[in-house]
This record gives sequence, structure tokens and C-alpha cells, in this order.
Amino acid sequence: MRERWETVIGLEVHAELSTASKIFCGCSTAFGGEPNTRCCPVCMGLPGTLPVLNEKVLEYAVRAGLALHCEIDRETRFDRKNYFYPDLPKAYQISQLYRPIARNGYVDIVADGAEKRIRIHEMHMEEDAGKLVHSEFERVTYPDYNRAGTPLLEIVSEPDFRSSAEVLAYLEKIRSLFTYMGISDCKMQEGSMRADVNLSVRPMGETAYGVRTETKNINSLRAIEHAIESERSRQIHVITNGGKVIQETRRWNDDLKTSVPMRSKENAPDYRYFPEPDLPAIHISEAFLQAARESLPEFAEERQARFVKEYGLPENDAARLVARRETAELFEAVVAQGAGAHSAANWLVVHVPHVLKTLSESAEDAHPDASELAELIRRTERGEISRPDALKVLGALLSAETPFGVADYIRENGMAVENDESALEDAVRRVIAANPKAVEEYRSGKTKAIGFLIGQAMKELKGKSAPATVHERMEAALREPPSVTA
Amino acid sequence: MEILDLTAVELGERIRKREVSAAEAVEAVYDAFRERNRNLNAYAAFEIDPARTAAQAAQTLLDGGGASALAGVPVGVKDNISVKNCLTTCASRILQGYRAPFDATAVRKLRGAGAVPAGTLNMDEFAMGSTSETSCYGAVRNPWNVGHVPGGSSGGAAAAVAARECFCALGSDTGGSVRQPASYCGVTGFKPSYGRVSRYGLVAYGSSLDQIGPIARDVRDCAALMDVIAGADPFDATSRTFPDAGFLDALNGDIRGLRVGVPEECFGDGAEEDVKACVQEFLDELRRAGAELVSISLPFVRYAVPTYYILATAEASSNLSRFDGVKYGYRTEHYHTLEELYVRTRSEGFGKEVQKRILLGTFVLSSGYYDAYYNKALKMKQLIVDGFAEAFGRCDVMALPVSPTTAPKLGESLSDPLKMYLSDVFTVPANLAGLPGLSVPCGFDRNGLPVGAQLLGAVGADALVLNAGHAYQLATDWHTRKPEICRPPLGGDVAERQRGEAVENA
Repeated sequence: MRERWETVIGLEVHAELSTASKIFCGCSTAFGGEPNTRCCPVCMGLPGTLPVLNEKVLEYAVRAGLALHCEIDRETRFDRKNYFYPDLPKAYQISQLYRPIARNGYVDIVADGAEKRIRIHEMHMEEDAGKLVHSEFERVTYPDYNRAGTPLLEIVSEPDFRSSAEVLAYLEKIRSLFTYMGISDCKMQEGSMRADVNLSVRPMGETAYGVRTETKNINSLRAIEHAIESERSRQIHVITNGGKVIQETRRWNDDLKTSVPMRSKENAPDYRYFPEPDLPAIHISEAFLQAARESLPEFAEERQARFVKEYGLPENDAARLVARRETAELFEAVVAQGAGAHSAANWLVVHVPHVLKTLSESAEDAHPDASELAELIRRTERGEISRPDALKVLGALLSAETPFGVADYIRENGMAVENDESALEDAVRRVIAANPKAVEEYRSGKTKAIGFLIGQAMKELKGKSAPATVHERMEAALREPPSVTA
Repeated sequence: MEILDLTAVELGERIRKREVSAAEAVEAVYDAFRERNRNLNAYAAFEIDPARTAAQAAQTLLDGGGASALAGVPVGVKDNISVKNCLTTCASRILQGYRAPFDATAVRKLRGAGAVPAGTLNMDEFAMGSTSETSCYGAVRNPWNVGHVPGGSSGGAAAAVAARECFCALGSDTGGSVRQPASYCGVTGFKPSYGRVSRYGLVAYGSSLDQIGPIARDVRDCAALMDVIAGADPFDATSRTFPDAGFLDALNGDIRGLRVGVPEECFGDGAEEDVKACVQEFLDELRRAGAELVSISLPFVRYAVPTYYILATAEASSNLSRFDGVKYGYRTEHYHTLEELYVRTRSEGFGKEVQKRILLGTFVLSSGYYDAYYNKALKMKQLIVDGFAEAFGRCDVMALPVSPTTAPKLGESLSDPLKMYLSDVFTVPANLAGLPGLSVPCGFDRNGLPVGAQLLGAVGADALVLNAGHAYQLATDWHTRKPEICRPPLGGDVAERQRGEAVENA
């Protein structure tokens, strides 16, 4: 009988904090830049320099710890992790081992239709290393220390995942929590969120853990899925062929969709951790903790529930609105400016993403002004502009680089529905006269034919009357007795 | 009287009175360096252009009415304290050619007060040593007898101050590196409370123990330097501001009623008879000045040396990892792989003593040994901190020798490293407990080598310690004694003669 296998996964997630400056010096943390232009004697580790903790990092870390339901260590401190590598300027990384800022937390996720609690073992603060740029042509390696000293949080989960779907839901949850707090943008592609996967397999029903491997260098959500499936199959293959999985660190190659061994447990470096003597232990006061608690925003889940309750939105729309904090906030601002909640939700989950897609812009880059967007939605609701025109205005609004007036744009482009009574009457009369067959159908009970007639009238009117009004007039005209003078 | 016979404070007064210019003062030091450095090898380098520029800046400050006690006074700087655009090499091959792109905070403050950083002083490589023999620039010699070592690791600073090759200097003290060479060379050296002076720009040896401290002719000069360099620094998270301040102003010489603790452990078999006799005289003098001597016991002191060598080397092994040949300093010429680059650069760039301490520190931090060594030493450190805190309940300051011996002969110590480490027994406790410690000259042994007495205070009691030393110097003249070597015109000849004697003795 073929055995069934259970996959056991634990994650180490690194999230770059979006503080303006680095963790131990005043250098900018902006992504990219000419090599070695965003560094100073401190983050270059020049002799005699000393680290000084950026208070913002501590603040962000405490908020993150609270959001992950962790216990905050009120006497946290830093340790040195010693190893040699050219991207590590001091040959040690300032990290936390003995007294991490947060421990024993959890996050609740929904995956494969089920709710699940993932426990957090610990979360700590540390500095990022620089980057090495290899020039194949010159056969030379250049270090770039711009990234060195960027603040990171490392979140270590318990081995609670059983599928890649759970892993993805967890990463999405962390991304949502962190972006809601504004402490990290969690973009895997830019490397501001990275994950190492610890994975083992065991026969279904077995309670002891199998031997695990750690897979590093995974740079996208899709790659995580691939890496998990690949490692799971590899381990099952090893075991079912009579072999033994060895505890090792593996490196994911996304081009080949496979991982290769980096080093075994026997070759694991001894990091010689010890307390960082240059940074005194940090006492976290009750006031500091309280301020952090109070600064926590209403997170996505709570907000979704409130949207359903307060605005009567369908779950699905509410869920899509709260996926990004900016969207959720824009929704509430637009409603506060007088747009109907349902229309606003519809616009934000359907029209805005659609228009952005045609503009090839990402949602992160669009920040439409709430009052202008509300204006556009209101006018559309009232039939003062046709839907195709409204979407054109939306496109202009979303791509506008400077303050954009919806009202002005509609007027300047002649999009306002005029509701000219005599033009409307004329158009209705002409359409009825010109389409006797459709009129006959309608009057004989095929009321759907009115759609065609309204369309013709709208064409005559070049969209300058509200469709609802045209509908109303057309209906009235059709109910009149046929003209005897014809 | 030669200008270099003036103390720093006296020179400062003359400069303010326009009797001497800042430029003349710096040229006098530079002349002494050029004419006499070969005698003692006290300097690692002397770059005159930046010193002249600093003297001009000081003169401008003076002319604008800036009148701090040390305005215009040249200050020698140990080779492990960063001076902007100047060589800062820790007397190590691995930092050959390295120029710091910034000033250490202490140096920046010196400039702010109008003092003039002038010359970098020789030392034990990376401040690891008690003899100043491990420098890549060669050994420093003791001005009282060039066949002997000047002590270390700030041996260049102590020798230069003693031999009138500079007025005063900044040294660094991790386990006694200011106090012990000051003692061996018959000058005054002060290690401040940990955190009192910013370590920013001091190339780290043992970060939790390192402090920058002054070496000068007398306590007044030390106090004047402390007035300039002390204070919390936003660039050093371990620095603090203590409530007492105005060290020079606090020197009233009144120690009536001061309770001076005399630790019985420090006057036992460990110390040479001549040393004990001189320090006993020192105690008598304090009593005559109105102090009350109190016998105390510091039983934990016997654990200080092993505790120190575990903690200092552990931190050093990490602190010195950055010297890997990648970004600055020395890089081996022959390598094919990254590992070869590291191994060869560090094997060729670091001297033997430094390599030994890096290995020791790496060992005590290794997994499997961490708890037995490093963690135990951390706990011992805490016991020493608590023990001192308790002892300072019974006295205001403590008096003890600086070193169990006077300056050993050149070459003698490195052949018996364990003995050399154990000779740190009276100085390392202050570093472990973060206490202020002062070394003042208190006589000579039968061979004419200086003996130093040490005063320790509770954390933050720096002014109290300095004042006790000042009271002693008001009553004695040991600190004004001048080695034969700097009495012109014999200078060079004395050195030659003593060197000859040293060869004969060897």
C-alpha cells in the first residue's frame, strides 16, 4: 500500500522595515541608488565606529510584535552574529538571539477553506548585509554597501504549516498586517520580504518530526510554492527509495525550479553569538508599550466585518476593499464625501482596478483624490454623465500627475449630460418613426425591444441625456396611441 | 626653561597671555619628534601639515576670544584614536596606510576647545599588551632607562610625555593601558568611569572595557583634558553624562576626612618590595594631608585577570574580524579564493600577540565552550561590580599599586606571557567594574625606575579621585621629576649609553 505523506513546514520570514534611515546610522534606506552612495563610516563598519539604535526601528518592532500577538521583552538587547563574508562590513551582524524583542505569538489564517492558527516562536530585529555584484566579464566581485544596515525583522514560526496554501496565506497575512501598520511594504520582488522554508515530511499519522532541510534564496510567492512542492517530492523520493534525508541548507534556483545543497549540518558555521557590548540593553517602558498598542490600526479583518455591518456590503466586496489599507481608507473617504457605499465599493473593486490595468499601472502607484472620485461617482449615480464617459474621466483622474478637477474635465470635454427636453423629445419621436418594426414588437408585448430603441435614441443624442431619462421618455411615447396622421 | 618643560595648563596660560603662539607650541613638539624620536620610538607617525592647520584654527579661535584652558596646546593622540585624514593604524600592519575619514569624538572635542591634535603615538598592536613591544613600528623604550619597556599599551604616550616629547596625550585603557605605562614612565594617567568619554573613533579592543583617558605631567593636566573630552555622545550609546563636572575647578586639594580604602590583597606577596614601600609612603602622605585610611578586603580581585582575559579577548575576536582585507588596510598579494584572501591577509597582517588573543577569544565564544568561559566570566564581572559597590560603602576612594613591579626589561615579558597577563592584576578590576582609576608617580625603585600609585573611585566619582591625586601632588614632587634622557644636550648620548648597557645586560 502506498503511504500518504504529511508535509511539515516552518518559516523564517525577513521583512525590511520602511524607516527613512538605517537601523544604526542616519543613512537613507531607499531602494537602489548608485553603489556605495547610501553608506557612511558606521554602516561600512570602519574602525572606531559604533552603532546607535534608530528609535523608529524599536517602535516598529514593538508594533509588529503586538500585531503578531507576541509577548514583548521589556529588557530586550542585541547580540553579535559573527561570520566572514565580504558583504558584511564588520564581519558580524548585529542581531538578537538571547533576548529577542518578541516571543510566543500567533496569527490566524484561512487556507483551503479552513481557519488555522500559526504560532510564532520569536521575532527579532537585525541589520541587513550589503550586496555583492559579480562581474563575469572582469571575473571580479564588487561589494555594494547601500543595503548594509537596513533594518529587518525576522519572524520565526513554529513548524505549524502543512501545505503551501497555508504558507501563502500566512505570508499574505503578515504582508497585510505590516502594510496596515505602515512598517514595511513587504515586496518580495524588491527583496523587502524574504522567506526561508524549513521542511520535513512524515507518514500521515506519525507524530514525530522527520529530518528537516532549510531552503533559502526564495524570491517570490510563486517560487515559494514551487520550492515547497519540489522539496516535498525530493524528500519523499529519498525516503521511499530507502535513503535518509540529511539535515542541510539548500539553495533554491528559480530558473531550474530546483534546489541544490549549500551546506550540511556538520558544516554549519559557529556564529559565536554574544551580547553586543556597544548597545546597552533596552528597557521598554509601559508608556512606550501603551503608545505602541494605541498606534495599532484597525486591521483588515476587523475592518471587513465593520464594512459588512456598517455599509451593508457583500462579504466579497468588503474583503477586496480591505486587501490594501489605502483602498479601504479611500472607500471610506469617498463615502464620507457623499458617494453611495455600494457604488463606491463597486467602483473601487471593479472600475478602478480595471482602468489601472488598461493604464498598466499598479494599485500602489495610484492615489486618486477622494473628493474628486466621490464627485465622479455621484455624477454617474445621478445620470449626469454616461458610463463610458465616466470611465474615461476615471482614467484621466488615475493618470493625472497634478491636481485634477472632475467637474472641470467633464465640462471641458463636453461630457455633461444636457437633458435638453426638446432635443430629447425630437430624438424619441424620430426613433419611433424610423423603427416601426421595433415599435410594433414592443406594442405587441415584446417589451425587450425598448432596449434597441433607447440605444438608437442615445446615439442620436450623442450620450448627452441620462439613459434613465431616455428610458422614461421612450416608454411614455410608446404608450401613446399610434399617430393617425402618419 | 624649555617650552616643553611646561605642563599643558601652564602652556595654555602662556598662550592666552600671547607669550607663546599655538604655532610655536606645535613646532616645538614637532622639533622634539624629529630630533629625539629615535631615542624612544614613542611616535608612530607625526604628520605636521594637519597639525599646523589645527594650530592655525586654534589661533583663530584664541584671537576670537576662545579661551579654554587648553586652547593652542598640542595633544598627542594614541595610534588607535581616529584623527580625520590622518594615519590611524593601531600600530598594526593590517591597517597600514589607513586614514580615518572622521575625527573620534574626543578629538573633535579637543579641536572644539582649541587644542591641537599633533602626532600619533606608538603602542602595542591593537592595544594588546603591557609593554609597547608588539608595535609594527618597533618597540617603544622607557625614558628612564631605554633598556626597559615603557609599559603598555599606551607606552608611546607615556614615554613621550615623560621625555618632554609632547605636553600631554590621549591614551586608551582596556585593562590598564593608560595607568600602567604612566606608572612605568613616572607620569600621571587617568582612566575615566566607563561611559564618561565617548568611544566613538577609538578602534575597539574590548568594547565593554575600553575608555579613552589622558596621560600628562600631572593631575591638573589630566583634569583639564577631562573637562574637554568628557560627556555623553549621541554617537556612542554606552556614553553617559555624570552629575559631577568641571574637573579642573574641582581640584581644591582638600582631602581632609576622605576615607581611603586600602585593599589588603594588594599589599601581599604579589608586589615587589620597592613598589610596596613607595605605595606605603603614598598612603602616609595621604594621611598627612588629612585622609583617613581604612583597611578593606577585595577577595574577588584574584578572579579579575582570568575574567578580564576571557571578556576582552572574546570581544576582540569579534571587533577585529572586520580587518579582512576587503575594504581598507593591508591585503595579501597572493590569493585565489575568498578564504585564502582572509586567511593570508589576517595571518600576515596581525602580529603574534593579536593572533593569540583572537584565537583565545574565538575559543571562549565557540558553541560548547560559551557557558564554561564567556558566560561564567560575565557572571564573575557582575560579582566584581557588586563587590566594589559594597566596598565603596566603607570608603570614598581606594589606594593600591598600579603594577606589582616596575618596568621590566625589553623582551623579558613577551617570553613569559602568563606572567605578563598576571601583572595586570591591579589595573583590570577598574575596567571590569567601570571605575575611574588614576595613576600618579610616587617614587622610584632601587634601579631608578618610577613607581606609580593608583587611586580608584566608585563609578562616577572621577572628580573625587582626581582631587585626591591632586592633593598628593601638592604635597610631593615626584610628578615633576625628569628623566636624564631629556636633559639637553645629552639626550642622544644618554640613549646610546643606556642602549649599550641594555645590550651588555642582555
